[in-house]
Amino acid sequence: MKKIAAIFTAVVMLTSPLIVNASPQQDLKDFRAFFKNKFPDTPMNDFINGVYSVHKESRDQWEAFEEFPSYDIYVDKGEALFNDTKFANGKGFKDCFPNAKKGIKGNYPYFDTKKGVVVTLEGAINKCVTSNGDKKWGWKKGKMAHLSAYLAYKTRGQTISVKTPEGEAALAAYNTGKTHFYAKRGQLNLSCADCHYYYSGYKIRADILSPALGHTSHFPVYRNKWAKKDGDGMGTLHRRYGGCNKQVRARPFKAQSAEYSALEYFHTYMSNGLKWNGPGQRK
Amino acid sequence: MRISARIVNTAASIAVLIGCLSLTAPAVSVAGAVEDGKDIAFSRKKGNCLACHAIEGGSLPGNIGPPLMAMKARFPNKDDLKKQITDARVKNVNTIMPPFGPHQILKADEIEKVVEFIYTL
Ligand code: HEC
Ligand code: HEC
Repeated sequence: MKKIAAIFTAVVMLTSPLIVNASPQQDLKDFRAFFKNKFPDTPMNDFINGVYSVHKESRDQWEAFEEFPSYDIYVDKGEALFNDTKFANGKGFKDCFPNAKKGIKGNYPYFDTKKGVVVTLEGAINKCVTSNGDKKWGWKKGKMAHLSAYLAYKTRGQTISVKTPEGEAALAAYNTGKTHFYAKRGQLNLSCADCHYYYSGYKIRADILSPALGHTSHFPVYRNKWAKKDGDGMGTLHRRYGGCNKQVRARPFKAQSAEYSALEYFHTYMSNGLKWNGPGQRK
Repeated sequence: MRISARIVNTAASIAVLIGCLSLTAPAVSVAGAVEDGKDIAFSRKKGNCLACHAIEGGSLPGNIGPPLMAMKARFPNKDDLKKQITDARVKNVNTIMPPFGPHQILKADEIEKVVEFIYTL
């Protein structure tokens, strides 16, 4: 299986007419208009609720879950990590993120023009950890997801406002993410856009496909499916990206790779104007 | 249960037909192909057609593609059905339906069997 997947990651085909050199601002307009038109009954800001924004039947059950959400204890764990972690040099997360309690998730992702890279919240967390002499944390779950959940929680209600990519390098990163989103990949030859844009709201087997608009607003998420495997169901956005790449039998990229960071950059920019509401609770 | 009756009927009539053409053709192999084709079509690891299509006899189907029914009316020429299942991009370059043949998701003989099954619908 590995071998087949490897062969087919190479077969990336661009089939979307949208890819042709539109400006990020134009992309954003088109993206929102597309979903507004596709789901006329969904108020714009409700897209932050993923599949529940477009499927009434599953929404009721989810709202019941959200009353005593499974992520609560992990937000608490994240808060403890934030307040109590002491690096070998005596410093803590407060020294890296003095404004954390006011909500800083909205500062990410951003394009660091000096370094020429997209910086994500998780990237900034690990930079804090390692620059203070500690060992890098895992990217996809555990402590990373807990601290990320706490920081997301503190940012709830604030408006997503990724700075519009400007300059060659930032635009290149944006376009890498956009290309990933629209490119067919894997043995099954499916793009993110196939499932979360064109056919969002449709059923794939028993699952309803969520709209990509608002997707990144509620990460990290607690997934019952992940909880079955690990006990702790929290996972980051890049963990989910890997899962969706694997579903189409493509070889996933590494969490926090330049590829996924670029995807997060594009994907989050497309939700500009909506509200942050992480962490989320999902099946 | 209606479906199996129909499969048997179709299989039987195909068998009769084949019987007329060549007395040596074992009737059971066509019915076998239909049954195998159904398994392949329904298996998540193989065709997983139910991910996108409602098919009689399959539970929890998706609705991305049209329900697969009245296939003989939709595809008077069986070879066109085979083409659609082998590589749906031929008809629709942007299709979401996976290219089962070119991407080796199904082997040639598996596609043959799926076609036999789908053609009974
Ligand atoms: C074969 C279909 C398919 C493809 C292709 C696919 N996904 Fe998904 N994705 C799903 C399903 C099914 C779910 C779970 C239901 C839902 O929330 O949409 C999901 C969930 C998600 C979620 C979580 C949504 C939430 O609210 O928790 C994100 C984010 C996501 N996908 C992003 C992507 C990205 C980015 C790509 C491309 C790299 C991609 N998906 C490709 C089927 C797909
Ligand atoms: C990921 C989605 C998906 C999967 C999986 C899928 N299909 Fe399709 N199929 C479609 C869509 C969408 C169409 C509509 C035509 C188009 O867009 O290409 C279609 C069209 C068809 C048609 C033509 C129907 C008609 O009446 O014109 C047939 C036959 C068909 N599929 C058979 C199959 C079989 C058999 C399998 C499994 C081996 C399968 N499909 C798997 C999405 C899918």
